[in-house]
Amino acid sequence: MTAPTTTQLRKTALHSVHRRLGAKMVDFGGWDMPVEYSGIIREHLATRTAAGLFDVSHMGEIEVSGPHALDLVQHVTSNNAANLRDGQAQYSGLLTSAGTFVDDLLVHRLSYAHYLLCVNASNQDKDFEYIREHNRFGAELENAGPRYSQLAIQGPKALAILERFTPVLIAQLKYYHFTFGEVDGVPCLIARTGYTGEDGFELYFSPEHTEKLWNDLLDAGRGEGLLPCGLGARNTLRLEASMCLYGHEIDDTTTVWEAQLGWICKPNKGDFLGRDALLAQKQAGVKRLLVGFEMQERLIARDGYPVSIGGREAGRVTSGSPAPFLKKNIGMAYVPAESSATGTEIQIVVRGNEGQAKIVPTPFYKRAK
Amino acid sequence: MYPNNYRYTKEHEWVRLEGGTATVGITDYAQHALGDVVYVELPKVGAKVTAGKSFGTVESVKAVSEIYAPVSGEVTEINASLAGAPELINSDPHGQAWLIKVKGADPAGIAGLMDSPAYQAYVAEKEKEASA
Repeated sequence: MTAPTTTQLRKTALHSVHRRLGAKMVDFGGWDMPVEYSGIIREHLATRTAAGLFDVSHMGEIEVSGPHALDLVQHVTSNNAANLRDGQAQYSGLLTSAGTFVDDLLVHRLSYAHYLLCVNASNQDKDFEYIREHNRFGAELENAGPRYSQLAIQGPKALAILERFTPVLIAQLKYYHFTFGEVDGVPCLIARTGYTGEDGFELYFSPEHTEKLWNDLLDAGRGEGLLPCGLGARNTLRLEASMCLYGHEIDDTTTVWEAQLGWICKPNKGDFLGRDALLAQKQAGVKRLLVGFEMQERLIARDGYPVSIGGREAGRVTSGSPAPFLKKNIGMAYVPAESSATGTEIQIVVRGNEGQAKIVPTPFYKRAK
Repeated sequence: MYPNNYRYTKEHEWVRLEGGTATVGITDYAQHALGDVVYVELPKVGAKVTAGKSFGTVESVKAVSEIYAPVSGEVTEINASLAGAPELINSDPHGQAWLIKVKGADPAGIAGLMDSPAYQAYVAEKEKEASA
């Protein structure tokens, strides 16, 4: 995290609403954000069993347009954006020439000549500069964060609650697809995406409508168990679904192969930043891999705790936490490739004591379809 | 909210002295700052604790927090019910969710800690800082 400590924290359009709801606020990547309202466990379980509403307006948006938009997107990202159709989104990597992560992102194709990139809050300015530096194609670029608020409604009841607010047939929207339409009278980009492991939607719209949309969705959903959810639950939900978080599982020292994200790397699409380095790493053999583990005792693994195997330090925990829905203590860690098989016993060093853990298949949690 | 017969530390522990036994816990402010408590690590009966030194940890979903002893002495009892129900720390931090009992504590040391009005003023100041 590169939060400036001397400058003012940035605020979303809902800042005063969060305060009024009694949210506990934290500095998240330079933004003053709600970490919890009624408690992380309650909010986590509401999202798994009913629905959760998240203010994710801190997320960054970058728009790439013009006749050469696709050339630039293809050059700076690892997945194949040429496979996208209008109204489709894909998870991808913004990579250094060494094949490590500048950021992870969602690429939305609005049209052949117009893409919306959704990037991490704390990386948005860095990402924008990086893409601009590599724009030798003459694509048009806009750091569009301030033009968007973003709300995520997630969970098994998300569709039913949101349907009441829009004439758009959102039930027919496929996962990782989006469309444009009014929600509660507000023009939105409505995407069937999320970061919780549940069905749900992410809405992108102009910030002046944020309070109205937030309040109306909350009021309408309360009866069905919809709760306002903070970044605390967002983190435990994404960890149960074993989704990567920038600065934890991935950063500028890790590659797609190491992070088990080979599916977002398409070397056959042509040249892109990091391609040669990634092909070379694959050729040479990937030495460490990201795995999921479950603690075998009550100790809780936390971010940064050392991993040891047979008494030797073997890696670090990237994210560790109690898993509120699974009711286990879980985590992710980098371990040597030869020790990464499911079932391998590893030890997590918790305050000087070795806690037994076992490598398990990921995702830890997968919703029933 | 904060009982008058307790004394309080700047690290948000409370202590109550009764017939030579000091009972120790964490305050409502501390449990609220931590959020949902899921795990408590306490010393064994017979262990020595030292005023101002860590004697255990309380873990919430989000964070690990050290607990500092308000007094020095020997642990005579630990609250065994917290192992199965750590959430008691959130629901009743000043009562059912006491952490340890200590003998041999110096009463003068306890009297030197914050009383209830002083602690409430201290907490009010913290909350003002947080919302600034």
